[in-house]
Amino acid sequence: MKIRLENVVKTFETFRAVRDVSLDIESGELVALLGPSGSGKTTILRMVAGLEFADGGHIHFGDQDATDIPVRDRGVGFVFQHYALFPHMTVAQNIAFGMKVSKVRRARQEIDARVAELLRLVRLEGLGDRFPTQISGGQRQRVALARALAVDPKVLLLDEPFGALDANVRRDLRRWLREIHGELGITTIFVTHDQEEALDLADRVVILNEGRIVQQGTPEEVCRRPNSSFVMHFLGDAYRLPAQVEAGIARIGDVALDAPSCPEGPAEIYVRPADLGWTNSGSGMPAVVTRVIDRPDGRRVLADTDAGQSLEIDVPPETPVRASDRGFVQINRGSVFPAA
Amino acid sequence: MTAPARNRPPRVGDSPAVRRTLITAVLAIGAVLVLAPLVVILTQAFSLGFSYFAETITAPDTRHAILLTVLTALIAVPVNTVFGIAAAWAITKFDFPGRRLLLIVAEIPFSISPIVAGVAYLFVYGLQGLFGQALQDADIKILFALPGIVLASMFVTAPFVARELIPLMQAQGRDLEEAATSLGASGWRTFFSVTLPNIRWALLYGVVLCNARVMGEFGAVSVVSGNIRGQTNTLPLHVELLYHDYNTVGAFAAASILTVLAIFTIIAKVLLERQGAGRGGRPALAAPNAIPAEKPQ
Amino acid sequence: MPGLPLSLGITLFYVGLIVVLPLAALVFKAASLGPEDYWRIVSSARAVASYRVTVLSAFVATIFNLLFGLALAWVLVRYEFPGKRFVDAIVDLPFALPTAVAGIALTTLFAPNGWFGSILGEIGIKVAYTPLGIMIAMAFTSLPFVVRTVQPVLEDLDPALEEAAQTLGGTDTSIFSRVILPLLVPALLAGVSLSFARSLGEFGAIIFIAGNQPMSTEITALLAFIRLEEYDYQAAAAIASVLLITAFVMLAVTNLLQSRALRYTVRN
Repeated sequence: MKIRLENVVKTFETFRAVRDVSLDIESGELVALLGPSGSGKTTILRMVAGLEFADGGHIHFGDQDATDIPVRDRGVGFVFQHYALFPHMTVAQNIAFGMKVSKVRRARQEIDARVAELLRLVRLEGLGDRFPTQISGGQRQRVALARALAVDPKVLLLDEPFGALDANVRRDLRRWLREIHGELGITTIFVTHDQEEALDLADRVVILNEGRIVQQGTPEEVCRRPNSSFVMHFLGDAYRLPAQVEAGIARIGDVALDAPSCPEGPAEIYVRPADLGWTNSGSGMPAVVTRVIDRPDGRRVLADTDAGQSLEIDVPPETPVRASDRGFVQINRGSVFPAA
Repeated sequence: MTAPARNRPPRVGDSPAVRRTLITAVLAIGAVLVLAPLVVILTQAFSLGFSYFAETITAPDTRHAILLTVLTALIAVPVNTVFGIAAAWAITKFDFPGRRLLLIVAEIPFSISPIVAGVAYLFVYGLQGLFGQALQDADIKILFALPGIVLASMFVTAPFVARELIPLMQAQGRDLEEAATSLGASGWRTFFSVTLPNIRWALLYGVVLCNARVMGEFGAVSVVSGNIRGQTNTLPLHVELLYHDYNTVGAFAAASILTVLAIFTIIAKVLLERQGAGRGGRPALAAPNAIPAEKPQ
Repeated sequence: MPGLPLSLGITLFYVGLIVVLPLAALVFKAASLGPEDYWRIVSSARAVASYRVTVLSAFVATIFNLLFGLALAWVLVRYEFPGKRFVDAIVDLPFALPTAVAGIALTTLFAPNGWFGSILGEIGIKVAYTPLGIMIAMAFTSLPFVVRTVQPVLEDLDPALEEAAQTLGGTDTSIFSRVILPLLVPALLAGVSLSFARSLGEFGAIIFIAGNQPMSTEITALLAFIRLEEYDYQAAAAIASVLLITAFVMLAVTNLLQSRALRYTVRN
């Protein structure tokens, strides 16, 4: 099912949660809505579900205008942040709920068979008779997913699906959700504030800030070609270095970086620790090492430039560098934006 | 929760028909069952004019009944409060075998008939009771006198203060008190400067409810007091007496004093609930949706 | 932590003297009757008639309070309307108002010449001095129980549960009956059992309106009281012990039902 949002607007009291958002989601796509809290991502998800009504604009499901279709007829599967499992029902009863209240009458055997199938899909065979309090957080998450899938939704919506879980459970579930999505091919939108989660899982990432879409694209596009300093910052640690652009080249001292699309004049270069390098002799921004942190996957150098900026630099683990060494910071990559 | 607006999908029961029907039905039944009695008390009390009202409530027998009721409350409520605090302290600050049983026993008066309480007291202090003969020999009068009334009142209200304090003190845990004693504070000091400030509204709440029940108790007191006009008649008993004397207006005049007490009790209750006492501060009986998240983000 | 001997000492002394001793004395007195006398008293026609009217009236009053209490709690939690805070406060009136006062007020309202009694009389319904009057008095005195136990649970009900049910295709009716109501069951049970226990033991509010005719409108608590006034202490003890035992059985049954209804909250 293709989903299209057209100029959607939503205001709570005086707070403008969503301001004129338009978005197309292709059938079978897995899309992440990524943004800090208050960016309107959950509100958008809830409007797609019909749990909130838009103040303006339209939401289309395929060719149908779904803006005014009540939630129960919209045919979406929704996984809530804290799962919202019915505590008085067993796992199996939770999963069967949608089939039991459906207008389509189903035979008991049919429901039981479908529940068993879903329990297999989410790898919870044998836990059907437990109550939600009697299973782990990760298991609850999977029950919530099975329950949402039981009604054969046209769209699957997940609100911070891994927000309440331990880091390692989270990683496993992420891969697993990706597999399920591959298997079922159902159009899926999920909301997260965790950029790693969005990049890890989604076909396409939609980055939101203050109720607006700031950038959207594949993980590669948003990572390699961030279109604003907000995106650059939001996707990970980034440093801002003041620079001058002349003839399509940004310069800081004798460091130069291609900036073909940037207008002449003062600019800012945004870099991440992995975009920087360190050399004890040669060229770059002169700096002194304040600390060296060793990690399993490399070495991080903390350095203060002579211009007075503190930077962190990721270098290969064998790089010969020690605290209080003098040397030069090199810029291997970076994004250049005109100075704000 | 307000009228369903265009931008908020309706919750269960938000349809105007359901809303209107329920609100109307509830208000109508409430008006008949709760508001009407209140109105009838006040209209009846003044139905023969203010002077008759004033005359009734200043009559010697009524004055004596008021005095006796106040006196009973002045003894029973403080004693009960001390018990409530002691029970809550023992039950929430220590682990000892039989805690649950003690709690259940202390709550018994809440679920049994006040008549049973009255009858039971007869079999302790009455002539046909356990200590009756001994008390008579020593010329100590408990039944059909103030002590009996006070004892019966304490029975029916025994759990009132404790049941407000226990859930609250349980929820607050023992950390603060343990910290205070580890810093060298004495037990009393710890109680007055650490515990009491945290429970003061709940305590007052319990005291207010306890007082209302003591002043209004009828069944238990009616058994143990002997109903002697001008001597062992508390105000509720006096209301009955006037009513059975076919002095309906007088009965309602006396009743209106108790009604004013009830209204003040409700106002105090509302004010204390705003301070977090009472049902607001008490954990819901069962929090059915409280499946704790594994780790809040 | 200090204070165990003192606080526990006070507690045990008070509970022992005020609660346990009298009840023990009552049980002792009733037990001293011997099984045959005891049985004769508690199974006498008049006593049995009093049980019937007491239990039946308490049952009807409790069912009424179950429905009305649930509706009232729902209205107070879910809707906004003018005067809501007043309604919320006045729900407690039956607890705050002395029962004797409630008794004479209800009697005056429902007596044949009263505000409601005269209207009901015209359509042939007699309230005062009939079991219906007993039911009304019981319903009044135990009115707040269901409301006050259900209200906090309804307030704390996670809105996401309802939303989840909606996304799964639930209608108002199916969501209420399958999700909301089952989650209120433990609270409803607690409220209902408190309400029923209170109704069984209620005295003050009832005796004015009941008419107190033996074999028809005489409640069990009143019968115990009458036996006392007749100086028939053994009969009073026996009948009071029936009320006491009933209260204990109610407590036990309630606890059992509660733990069954809440079994889903128990972790493995």
